Amino acid sequence: MVRPFRRLSLALALAAALLAPAARAEAPHETLTIGLSQFPSNFNPLIESMVAKSYVLGMALRPFTVYDDHWHLTCMLCTRLPTLENGLAVKETEPDGQAGVAITYTIQPKATWGDGVPVTTADVKFTWEVGRDPRSGISDAEMFRRIRAIDIKDNKTFTLHVDKLTFDYNAINDFQLLPAHLETRAFADPAQYRTRTLYDTDTTNPGLYFGPYRITQVVRGQYVVLEPNPTWWGRKPAFKRIVVRAIDSTPALEAALISGGVDMIAGEVGFTLDAALAFQTRHRPEWRVIYKPGLSYEHISLNLDNPILADRRVRQALLLALDRQTMMHQIFQDRQRVADGPVNPLDWCYDPHVKHYAYDPAAAARLLDAAGWKTGPDGLRRNAWGQPLAFEIMTTAGLRNREVMEMVVRQEWRRLGIAVSIRNQPARVFFSQSVLRHAFPGAAMFAWISAPESVPRAMLASDMVPGPDNNFAGENVTGYRNPRMDALLSAIETELDKNKRGILWKQLQALYAEDLPALPLTFRSDPFVLPVWLQGVEPTGDQYPTTLWVENWFVKQVK
Amino acid sequence: MTRHLLLRLVQGALVLLVMSFLVYALMGLMPGDPVEMMAAASPSMTPEDVARLKALYGVDQPLLHRYLVWLGRALSGDFGYSRLTALPVAATLGPALRNSLALMGGGLSLGLLLALPCGAVAALRQGGWSDRLLNLLAFATISLPMFWLGLLLIMLFAVDLAWLPASGVETVGNGDLADRLRHLLLPTLTVALGCFGPYLRYSRSVLAAALREPWVRTARAKGLSWRQVLLRHCLRHALIPLFTVLALDFGGLFSGVLVTESVFAYPGMGKLIYDAVLGSDYNLALAALLLATLTTLLGNLAADLAHGLLDKRVRPA
Repeated sequence: MVRPFRRLSLALALAAALLAPAARAEAPHETLTIGLSQFPSNFNPLIESMVAKSYVLGMALRPFTVYDDHWHLTCMLCTRLPTLENGLAVKETEPDGQAGVAITYTIQPKATWGDGVPVTTADVKFTWEVGRDPRSGISDAEMFRRIRAIDIKDNKTFTLHVDKLTFDYNAINDFQLLPAHLETRAFADPAQYRTRTLYDTDTTNPGLYFGPYRITQVVRGQYVVLEPNPTWWGRKPAFKRIVVRAIDSTPALEAALISGGVDMIAGEVGFTLDAALAFQTRHRPEWRVIYKPGLSYEHISLNLDNPILADRRVRQALLLALDRQTMMHQIFQDRQRVADGPVNPLDWCYDPHVKHYAYDPAAAARLLDAAGWKTGPDGLRRNAWGQPLAFEIMTTAGLRNREVMEMVVRQEWRRLGIAVSIRNQPARVFFSQSVLRHAFPGAAMFAWISAPESVPRAMLASDMVPGPDNNFAGENVTGYRNPRMDALLSAIETELDKNKRGILWKQLQALYAEDLPALPLTFRSDPFVLPVWLQGVEPTGDQYPTTLWVENWFVKQVK
Repeated sequence: MTRHLLLRLVQGALVLLVMSFLVYALMGLMPGDPVEMMAAASPSMTPEDVARLKALYGVDQPLLHRYLVWLGRALSGDFGYSRLTALPVAATLGPALRNSLALMGGGLSLGLLLALPCGAVAALRQGGWSDRLLNLLAFATISLPMFWLGLLLIMLFAVDLAWLPASGVETVGNGDLADRLRHLLLPTLTVALGCFGPYLRYSRSVLAAALREPWVRTARAKGLSWRQVLLRHCLRHALIPLFTVLALDFGGLFSGVLVTESVFAYPGMGKLIYDAVLGSDYNLALAALLLATLTTLLGNLAADLAHGLLDKRVRPA
């Protein structure tokens, strides 16, 4: 009788030991654990753009310039933003006669890589060489190609000679420095650089980082650990350790949050809006949820080569028939605002007086009547030849919010006598085969992601319509062609006077609202789920992550 | 026997070759390539960048040419780099493989350990209340969606009772054995419950059939107890078809279980293969799928050999 009892006791003791959580050896909130729904595919700041990577590297590196949470261009690694007014930017004429610009930046004097080597202009020159080499695998090389030459003044000051003078000449946000003293060897064979970069072969090397934190541990696919960088020159960061965990399933992410596995969920790449709304309903007191409207412009692109949709009156009628305000209320609990065009209301160049299409089904019906689409006995509208007013709408299959919006849109158009059939596709098929090939027959619902004061040339310029002649390279997927719009796009790009540019932006928005190549729906909001004790996180709404200001995050004691 | 073994190995190699081409071709036929996916995530990438990267990654070449280049390298042991992890494929596969072996090995073993005795009890008490109860339990576990079962376990053990972690493989900074076992418990239980039902039904069926055999009556007439008959005679008889089922599941040790891995944020082979296929990571997807194919083939071969050992009538010449 004794032996079975002893066995049982042993088994219970083992189970208890297994179930007992490890004792916390540190004071509360010394470690901040952040949940993301994505893991970076690599850690080199120039190879392949990815939100999760930008988020992690935002704590360990700093770009020269960046748009802040008010969407103003500001210096991070440089000491002063160069402008034509302060003399740090000077117009120059390029060899081909075009207007270029010479821009002088000075690196923060105390900026030092984590291994104690100062950040210098040698790093600038090396990064430029890597960026402009076509073999290096850098994904976004346009900025490096546009830099014609670099003059080194001293260890900290350099001048870029850029071959085109645009209004955003001083924004070198994508110029992410690489440490020349470490990466030169990996770049010896440029074609092998993408597999030999130390950012991926020796990710925890302290010399790769100069931000407030540096990466000290990486378990691929699972988590990244960051610890304070002793060479950081700015405000001392509050946490002894930041852990970024990747959990791509929404239920698992929520479970990790409420069980204490993560402290917060990043808005940049975490919950979808509907998941956050549901979460907030269930767990309101312990967390605060910030909904930050961003630069993802949700809209319905219309194929203007479709004879039905080529008529501007039809497009305007389609928008007037949508009760977008109620959609925002019912689907998004008013966490997203109705959009009037591709320019976000948070952007300085947004025109608050741009034409707003309020819900007006009667006006929509009048427009369709005028366009020759009369309601028949079956409730459907037909033209004089008996052709029904019918087309197809597509979106990304499986994205709940979009599919719900699509259902509402179809219902509201159906009420007006328009027959709309739904044909959704998986995101990969939808974008590569239908949208970016200008091959959707009617309407396509999706989002464009842009930047503050981003000129929508790719979306609206006549020469950007994807087709065999440009190897399907453009992004003007509606097939919109308007010489006036082309002229405005070019004028905005090169207009340096902000006031004059503002006027041009107004004209662009007015023309867009009149022509409606796409029907504006909303700007997507990113939900940031934060514990009540964490303060200082300021969502930007633009493409620059909150972690670029991680040193401002702090713990507020909660009673 | 040696000839049979060699023949099977040659057949296996051919299957692998065909599989590698099929997987490569199917992935190549999927819309969008890795560079287009990069471009979709980076609005500032220009058409020139896209063309340059396509040439650099070789995705501008015809599919057959790319496949032959890959095959040539793979035959010399170079499986290339993973696009999703920026590491050599072997370095990416290693940890996922270990995790899957632990999860699937533990889950399948536990499922089998629970199912076999329960199947035996159900077979011995056919029609009785214990048989009905066990059948009900089997059908319940078969019917439960894995993601829902996993979430229930998380809610109970990780959220409400706070006994076990909700997800992951280890606590950051504390990856000792006990910690890893704590992380493994819930996903293992989910996998075990997932295979418990089918194993129970299968073992009950084969044991019940064995119990109706004349030699069982003979054994009983010789004075052996039901337990002795079951353990010494019926179980051996029942193991033969069970091995076939287990051999098919053996491949799962290396291909993982996607739903459970997703629910528990457990980085195993299932999730890896899924991400690699969706992310157009040819090198990683091919290596992982071929590994899963290879282990399934080996599992079948092992089952055939085991058949021969257990039943001399089916031993190959």
